[in-house]
Amino acid sequence: MSNQTSSLSFGRILTLVPPSVAIGIFFLVPFTLILLTSVAHQQQSGDFVFGFDLAHYQRFFSSVFIERALFSAALSGTIAVLSLLIAFPFTYALTRFSRRTRTLWLVYILAQLSLSEVLIAFSWQILFSRTAGISNIAVWLGLLEKSFAMAPSALAVLVGLVYLALPFAVLLLFPALSRLDRSQIEASFTLGASPLRTFFTVVLPASRPALISGGVTVFVLTLGAIIVPQVLGHPSHWTLSVMITDQAIYNSNMPFAAALAVVLLIMSGSVIGLVGWLSREGNK
Amino acid sequence: MSIMRNIYLTLVALFLIGPIVVITSVSFNSKNFLSFPPKGFSFRWFVEIFANEEWFSALSYSIIIAFLSALLAVVTALPVAYAAWRYGIRYAKALLSLGIAPFILPPVIMALAFLLFFTTSGMYGWFVSVIISHTIFLLALPLVTISLGLESIDRSLLEASSTLGADDKIAFRTVILPLALPYVIAGFAFCFVLSLNEYIIALMTVGFTYETLPIKIFNAIRYGYTPVIASIAVLFLVINVVIFGLIARFGNLPRMLGALED
Repeated sequence: MSNQTSSLSFGRILTLVPPSVAIGIFFLVPFTLILLTSVAHQQQSGDFVFGFDLAHYQRFFSSVFIERALFSAALSGTIAVLSLLIAFPFTYALTRFSRRTRTLWLVYILAQLSLSEVLIAFSWQILFSRTAGISNIAVWLGLLEKSFAMAPSALAVLVGLVYLALPFAVLLLFPALSRLDRSQIEASFTLGASPLRTFFTVVLPASRPALISGGVTVFVLTLGAIIVPQVLGHPSHWTLSVMITDQAIYNSNMPFAAALAVVLLIMSGSVIGLVGWLSREGNK
Repeated sequence: MSIMRNIYLTLVALFLIGPIVVITSVSFNSKNFLSFPPKGFSFRWFVEIFANEEWFSALSYSIIIAFLSALLAVVTALPVAYAAWRYGIRYAKALLSLGIAPFILPPVIMALAFLLFFTTSGMYGWFVSVIISHTIFLLALPLVTISLGLESIDRSLLEASSTLGADDKIAFRTVILPLALPYVIAGFAFCFVLSLNEYIIALMTVGFTYETLPIKIFNAIRYGYTPVIASIAVLFLVINVVIFGLIARFGNLPRMLGALED
């Protein structure tokens, strides 16, 4: 009997060996490599040797790159707020559509969410172009005399990023708003509360955790955006992710790219951690 | 109030769908230059994806990579999610959280990690490198969908099958796998779609040896406009819609997205 149990649990462990090896070798090792490379010595030849050299972090703090990091954080925060503001009422309405309409919308939103950032940047490049863009509609309506190119510009970057983030915001709010207890809302109305008051006293508190997790997800997602800032913006709109790609691929400065990646890791990790901690405190 | 509501809903719907409508109409343009409203109607840019050797090889690479990495991700995720759910092994639960981590971080971090790993191990630019990278990056998707599927299974079915003399293997094959299958397939589909559309990890692992479709599109955008990109955008959107439509048709999409309580 005991023999059978031990062979059984051995079998249970055995199936976990291949996934452990895969995750260990192809996630933990590369991940550690980033940390090690960020403190490696960069050599004249363009190669690097492992060691302990904080020069890349010093370079980060004493250069334009820290500005890029702060810009990325501010941009991501803005996009998180904007996309939640747009997504919240829309998702609320979505949960009240008929089952069929709701499913159609969910399928479309998932399809848009999965669409390559490259294709989204391309689509908005066309919409902001002089020859085929939105400004042509304004000309056609007689609002403008001549069509003009609306990208690259800060507005184009904002619109492109909100478009990228909106499906995520909708899908993250969707579960909480679907589960919203409708009897509470009706009770609030029965007791004479205005729709606005009902929204702030019933709907908003009940969906706070979803708003927080949605905000964090959009924040981290925007931190990772690479194509939209390059295609729709000026170099002054480039995010840290763009700079990392630039350093790694076009400047072949791996240690500096790795140091920037560690900064990005700390930025996203601390936001995820902080918000997780805040929401736990809030539930106490 | 209700007029305001409808205006708002229409505006958001327009914002979401508008760009797709423009791209679609541009993709049927018969002329070589960009114009909207389009001039003429033709399928030539769709034919071009398959007739032009460069675009077609990029499409083929992308599909092969997406298929193999989705398959590997499902095969890797299944035992982890199963052990965590069935036996509650703490190690399996830890492995599950660890497997989800790469997907949560900004993708450029993992892309750089893979670049460093494959240059160090001499596998930089190998076809298999991008497949492994996508498997690890997208592992979170089957881990989450399969866990959701397993949690929806009534545990008394397990007792029933063991009372009837089925051992763990038979119970897995005849009870658990059939019930969890829609979620396993959904995990595969999510991986497939996201791998197909993934840019930065593919760029940093095989960007200069195998041009996948997103890489080729980005390079094409930088050198000017070509209508083929519009037709690819439409093709990809159709692929995404069909795949998620199938999941919605044969699986429980609202449940998968966490909308329904058990």
